[in-house]
Amino acid sequence: MMSFLFGRKKSANSAKERMQLVLIHDRTDMTSAELEALKDDLIATISRHIDIDPMAVRINMAQEGREQRLVADIPLKSATRRRNR
Amino acid sequence: MTAKVITVASGKGGVGKTTSVANIAVALALRGQKVTCIDGDIGLRNLDVVLGLENRIVYDLVDVIEGRCRLRQAMIRDKRLSELYLIPAAQTRDKTAVSPSDMVRLCDELRTEVDWIIIDSPAGIERGFKNAVAAADRVLVMTNPEVSAVRDADRVIGLLEAEGKGPASLIINRLNPAMVRRGDMLSVEDVLDLLAIDLIGIVPEDENVIVASNKGQPLALEDKSKAGQAFQHIARRLLGEKVAFPEFGTPNVFQRLLGRK
Repeated sequence: MMSFLFGRKKSANSAKERMQLVLIHDRTDMTSAELEALKDDLIATISRHIDIDPMAVRINMAQEGREQRLVADIPLKSATRRRNR
Repeated sequence: MTAKVITVASGKGGVGKTTSVANIAVALALRGQKVTCIDGDIGLRNLDVVLGLENRIVYDLVDVIEGRCRLRQAMIRDKRLSELYLIPAAQTRDKTAVSPSDMVRLCDELRTEVDWIIIDSPAGIERGFKNAVAAADRVLVMTNPEVSAVRDADRVIGLLEAEGKGPASLIINRLNPAMVRRGDMLSVEDVLDLLAIDLIGIVPEDENVIVASNKGQPLALEDKSKAGQAFQHIARRLLGEKVAFPEFGTPNVFQRLLGRK
């Protein structure tokens, strides 16, 4: 009984989580693959000018009301080194 | 008189646009407003049957636009509410028989004669939808708490924003409070989080909707059913009244937490 209660994810939660992702892609007209390609391009471009750690880069779509925003967090190499110390 | 033009749109078909247009129009007319509804679904007309006016059609929207009759002649007066009129869609033509500028011209002519013009948009986002929103002062986007309807509503909201017709207001139709409480249906809050627009109505799922359309007597004519009351509330909000939203099932927090991965 308990495992039944704990084990199942409520379908409304799945619906909401799935829709959040779908709507971002619908609104920006961009698939996850295209977003990945954009990230790679950005990292390559920025790397030509300044030393960054590609693994630490976070680029995502953020939402504010009906506004979509491309948010990039790009730590510089020296900063990552400091962070890991 | 300068009418406000309201269009009800949804993207997805079958979410309840026609029922809403009929009931909002009836609820406004019951409050002494002069209302004309227009069936924008050319080729698939239905607003006439939902309103119970199907036997009284002589002329239709396309007849007016193509000049075969005067606007007045295509307006069917409801026998129950003398201030309610319907301009039916043509059944044997298609959406291309009307253009967005035709709709603007027709509504401009009608504006001086009534308080409200309520347009029933067809499903889809093509010509029929563009015709239906062309003259709108305000668009009500209708959805059900269900993934495909929410996704299509989002598309429509985006298109309206792009065309300068926003911000749209949302009607959530066919909400099943028991399913929401169980965590098996998107709640009002969930849908509002996803679509991020203002709410103008929540209509609970109600068997009486089918009974009413069987009889051609919109629910809002009486005050008995839950759905009928919800449409009355929408009409009052359109008239500028502040009407609190009744509680239609909040997900049981405990259950929802248990359900989380």
